[in-house]
Amino acid sequence: MMDKISKFRSSYLWYSFKNDKFAIASFLVFMLLLIIAVFAPLISPYNPYSPDNIFILNAEMPPFWIDGGSKEFLLGTDDQGRDLLSTMIYGLRISIMIGIGAVLLQAILGIIIGLISGYVGGKIDSFFMRLADVQLSFSYLMVAIFLSAIFKAAFGVGTFGEVAVPFLIIVIGLAQWPQYARTVRASVLAEKEKEYVQAARVTGFGSVKIMWSHILPNCLSPIFVLSTIQVANAVMSEAALSFLGLGMPVTRPSLGSLINSGFEYIFSGSWWITAFPGIVLVILVLSVNMLGDWLRDTLNPKLYKG
Amino acid sequence: MSEKLLDVKNLVVNFKMRSGEVTAIDNVSFSLLKGEKFGLVGESGAGKSVTGFSIIKLISKPGYIKSGEILFKNNDLAKLDYESIRKIRGNRISMIFQDPMMTLNPVLTIGTQMIETLMAHKNISKSEARKIAVEKLKKVHIPSPEKRLEQYPHEFSGGMRQRIIIAISLLTDPELIIADEPTTALDVTIQAEIMELLLQLCDSMGMGLILITHDLAVVSQVTDRMAVMYAGKIIEEGNTLEIIENPKHPYTEGLIAALPESASTKEKLNQIPGNMPGLGKIPEGCSFHPRCTKMMDICLTEVPELKEYKKLHRKISCHLYNEKEQ
Repeated sequence: MMDKISKFRSSYLWYSFKNDKFAIASFLVFMLLLIIAVFAPLISPYNPYSPDNIFILNAEMPPFWIDGGSKEFLLGTDDQGRDLLSTMIYGLRISIMIGIGAVLLQAILGIIIGLISGYVGGKIDSFFMRLADVQLSFSYLMVAIFLSAIFKAAFGVGTFGEVAVPFLIIVIGLAQWPQYARTVRASVLAEKEKEYVQAARVTGFGSVKIMWSHILPNCLSPIFVLSTIQVANAVMSEAALSFLGLGMPVTRPSLGSLINSGFEYIFSGSWWITAFPGIVLVILVLSVNMLGDWLRDTLNPKLYKG
Repeated sequence: MSEKLLDVKNLVVNFKMRSGEVTAIDNVSFSLLKGEKFGLVGESGAGKSVTGFSIIKLISKPGYIKSGEILFKNNDLAKLDYESIRKIRGNRISMIFQDPMMTLNPVLTIGTQMIETLMAHKNISKSEARKIAVEKLKKVHIPSPEKRLEQYPHEFSGGMRQRIIIAISLLTDPELIIADEPTTALDVTIQAEIMELLLQLCDSMGMGLILITHDLAVVSQVTDRMAVMYAGKIIEEGNTLEIIENPKHPYTEGLIAALPESASTKEKLNQIPGNMPGLGKIPEGCSFHPRCTKMMDICLTEVPELKEYKKLHRKISCHLYNEKEQ
């Protein structure tokens, strides 16, 4: 273990991280948001899911520094009279959960399909790549509208609220797998011509073993880079879907549905319901994107060979 | 006479191209005794590597073995199915490649690569596999092998990597090693060291060696017998030293004359004029005739056969030598 740590400390990754202020800052911000999301029940002053905290007389209270605000609700309250800070913390949790979950699903699907079509080639390759083209020509919004309409009609709106998180993960995950499949396939095409793959074949390894434990580890850096970008994309997709009312229900709002619910009150002067979740969303996406940029520069084999 | 380890008979390898089928290996036959060292020599594109790969049935897609037998201990490899050939690859027959920088997987430690090779072929535990790996690394003179197992390929020099590759090919104690230009990517002093090591290991373990190279100097130092290939055919085969000292086929003569040592000082280096024909454009008659200095009329029309000439102790495929000399 100590050996691994000291190896990491002498690596180029650590060196580049240490010397990049943006990387450090965005990493710290992202970790802070992640910790807040994970420990939401401990940190947030109220539990927004509890019906006790819905109190219509408290609705649309401004933040504490504005007249009419109260120290009880630091960032004011939303249209239901819930503490906005607590609701945002729980919403952040849902947004991050969906973002990471959708990217995991995309990655698993995309990596398996990309590996197979890159390695096997021929008709299988053409089939999967055309499938990817078809998938990309559907807007994920359209897919989500279809699926959620069908689901709500079949099982009722109440049931939908309970399974909204896995539903969104599946919709966003399914919509974006071609990104991974294409990236992985391109790397596999480059890697499989290299001599170590030939050598592995000469050694008598089977195709699955060669794909999984020889080629895949060599394709990891583009996958890492893509993943950071895709997490940011998935968070935004979820926000967009929720904003359109296709995502998280009002009872368990994500950042996107909070922005949406505040939107109706923005002209009556309650700007904070939309503004604060919006700022958190921008910070979250920005920090993830900046981490991704740094990772792309660091792992780019054209800039650094190790 | 000891038993035959490998007997390649009338091997034909074709490639299906868009413009039709081309023959890369045309009716090649040779054999290898147990523990014998055999050299395959020729220019780039002569079909040396394809011959090597077809022995373990590793010709990639457009290519396939059209006909012929590859008898490995009286077992025809050309007819084996995928699963059975996999049990022979890397187990009974190992292969060493040209570029040691490329042959090792850059993201796996040496230990991982050695242990997984062993465990793929032998029913042994990880710690036993580790023991064997350490022992083989010692055999190729890698210092402190236990520590080295934890390191990645980029932490080794070129010569060391090639020694590690040799160690990997030795893991399962194979009976035959096919070395495809094993020293081309290394500098001359390391070349000698690697060849010396390979030779010594083959002798001590009784392994057969097929050395594929364009380097006549290496062949003459290492092998017992050799075959010269041109445009997919063997054109001369026999005892290595006899061929080097007294080449009979005009192409072999040209090759040996082209060695820098053959030219006297201050003179231009000798060369064989022209290039080897592309696979689709092999000329009629003897495929070497457009470049041959001793071309006769018959060479334009008739394809010479590879015949054994007892007096000369070798097989030659050239019209210059006729029945009388057999």
